[in-house]
Amino acid sequence: MRDAATTSQPDAGPMPADAPLRHAPAKLDEIDRALINQLQGGFPLSERPFAEVGSQFGLSEEEVIARVGRLLEDRVLTRFGPMFQIERAGGAFCLAAMEVPEADWPRVVAQVNAHAEVAHNYRREHRLNMWFVFATEAPDEIPLCARAIEAETGIPVLLFPKEQEYFVGMQLEV
Amino acid sequence: MSIDTIDRQLIRATQAGLPLVPRPYADIAQGLGIAEEDVRVRLQAMLDSGVIRRIGAVPNHYAIGYVANGMSVWDVDDASIDAAGECIAALPFVTHCYRRPRHLPLWPYNLFAMVHGRDRDAARVHVAEIRHALVTRFPGVLRSHDVLFSSAILKKTGLRLRN
Repeated sequence: MRDAATTSQPDAGPMPADAPLRHAPAKLDEIDRALINQLQGGFPLSERPFAEVGSQFGLSEEEVIARVGRLLEDRVLTRFGPMFQIERAGGAFCLAAMEVPEADWPRVVAQVNAHAEVAHNYRREHRLNMWFVFATEAPDEIPLCARAIEAETGIPVLLFPKEQEYFVGMQLEV
Repeated sequence: MSIDTIDRQLIRATQAGLPLVPRPYADIAQGLGIAEEDVRVRLQAMLDSGVIRRIGAVPNHYAIGYVANGMSVWDVDDASIDAAGECIAALPFVTHCYRRPRHLPLWPYNLFAMVHGRDRDAARVHVAEIRHALVTRFPGVLRSHDVLFSSAILKKTGLRLRN
């Protein structure tokens, strides 16, 4: 569901089958880099958060908003907002993989991506060539959705639930 | 943590992203018919409980120059896997590290570590560094490993709650 409150961000949406990765890095200036590094770490929960971020870089509130909007449009940023760990609220994530024959690739990409429960999907170079993540509101939806995909595609879906997470300090310097 | 109906509405209103306006939380509050203060207090509570990992920007690794996204996978003896996982996760170039089930015989690997590099050779150097850390600190526990590079993003929408 899309609320009126969220329409000011471009919807990344599913990309077409075999959309090429952006292999060329985007052109970013020093301010973009500083903003991205800062915003990976966190965004304030204050009344005027863009103004607060801008004050750290000598930027106006309008300029911060404009730059974040441009970075989203250019897909330098894929998201800007809260990142939910739905399993903490009773939901679940699960990694899954399939061995998709080349001849069936476009059909299977469309069938898998059509499920709202599929949050990310990557092609990888291996016999198991399709790797995707289920994100659901309840853990029991994951096997149901996997079985639905198996029935639609005729290809087994292997599930790789997270058994243990090892802590990392997840940030990449731009 | 249990979340209530208003929290669920708040997740739906923000799962595609924050509105790019001077007062984004007031904008969300108006859409939900609640007070701005309530939005900020509820988001803070979800941050504190871990329902929200963080609020911020998610860069496209490729656009910021990390064009090689490698899923390194390791077949590690079960008795040593948690110590090995913690050792790998502490390396600065690893962004995610998980223990997951094997699917024999096709898939013998039980430890997954994402590495990112400016190119595939840089990512492969990181994989070699992981291997070196494992074989020196945990002799005899590593049986085999592989690295799977991504060659296309097919979908990237993040969580979407249904109605």
